[in-house]
Amino acid sequence: MAGRLLARGMIAGLLAACLAFLFARVFGEPQVNLSIAFETARDAAAGMAAEPEIVSRSVQASFGLFTAAALYGAAYGGIFAIVFALAYGRVGRISPRALALLLAGAGFLTFVLIPDLKYPPNPPAVGQEGTIGLRTATYFEMIVLSLCVMGLSILVGRRLTQRFGQWNGTLCGVGLFVVLTALVQGGLPDINEVPADFPAIVLWRFREAAIGMQIVLWGALGLIFGPLAAAVLTPSVAGRHRAG
Amino acid sequence: MSYGFSSPVPASAAMPDAIPLRALLPWAVFGLVLSMVLLYFVGAEQGATALVSGHAVHEFVHDGRHLLGFPCH
Repeated sequence: MAGRLLARGMIAGLLAACLAFLFARVFGEPQVNLSIAFETARDAAAGMAAEPEIVSRSVQASFGLFTAAALYGAAYGGIFAIVFALAYGRVGRISPRALALLLAGAGFLTFVLIPDLKYPPNPPAVGQEGTIGLRTATYFEMIVLSLCVMGLSILVGRRLTQRFGQWNGTLCGVGLFVVLTALVQGGLPDINEVPADFPAIVLWRFREAAIGMQIVLWGALGLIFGPLAAAVLTPSVAGRHRAG
Repeated sequence: MSYGFSSPVPASAAMPDAIPLRALLPWAVFGLVLSMVLLYFVGAEQGATALVSGHAVHEFVHDGRHLLGFPCH
């Protein structure tokens, strides 16, 4: 059962990644190209030689982007399926499709939106080479802490719901989530490496595209995985009857 | 409109059976390790750390790494 859900989660992630790739190709790539043009012009003005092209731009923007999206989609599809398998039957009377959509929303919030509010996606030309270690470490720390905050808020919220009722318990859980998120984000170091003359509109459009790509990915993941999981979990739908 | 013999109450109305933790655990470990490896190659290989020398992996997934929100360069 769990193995089949895991496989279906990764397949749903791959399919969702195809849609996310199309979105990124249309809305993200123009901003990446503008950023690279800015970088090239800046380097030329400083008298630096152009960076050698190891992988051509057209490959980066097609096969490279697709591969990255596919691996990312399959990976989060797998994690998503494991969380789904753990939650199903333990979070109340909810259909597989509704649970999948709910968890996709929670996944987007936990793995994307909360980390990105602290460390937003940056286009090429933004970010100094010397700080890549610090930036990578803080970014992954932010994701882990975001996951901890979400998990803790859900556990506390559920406990309080049993004692003080649905409305009050949920409000307390959400309140705890907001406070802990603010503390975590305030505690991690700020990083701002945007060049002073980098066009603000390109930065904004790039980040819109990056977040939009994730909304497409997680939305599609939830919507595609739901029916796939329902077929495994409710055998009567598929014409099979099993005890237990 | 005709109804079959199945119960008119949708399946979601009853608390569904949970998957036992013991059955879930090995798949969870396998899935998490696999996912971490995939995310590492998309998000961090040949950036902060490198298992494969050179820049080919980094350059190939370059646009995806930027657009998916990972730190790059």
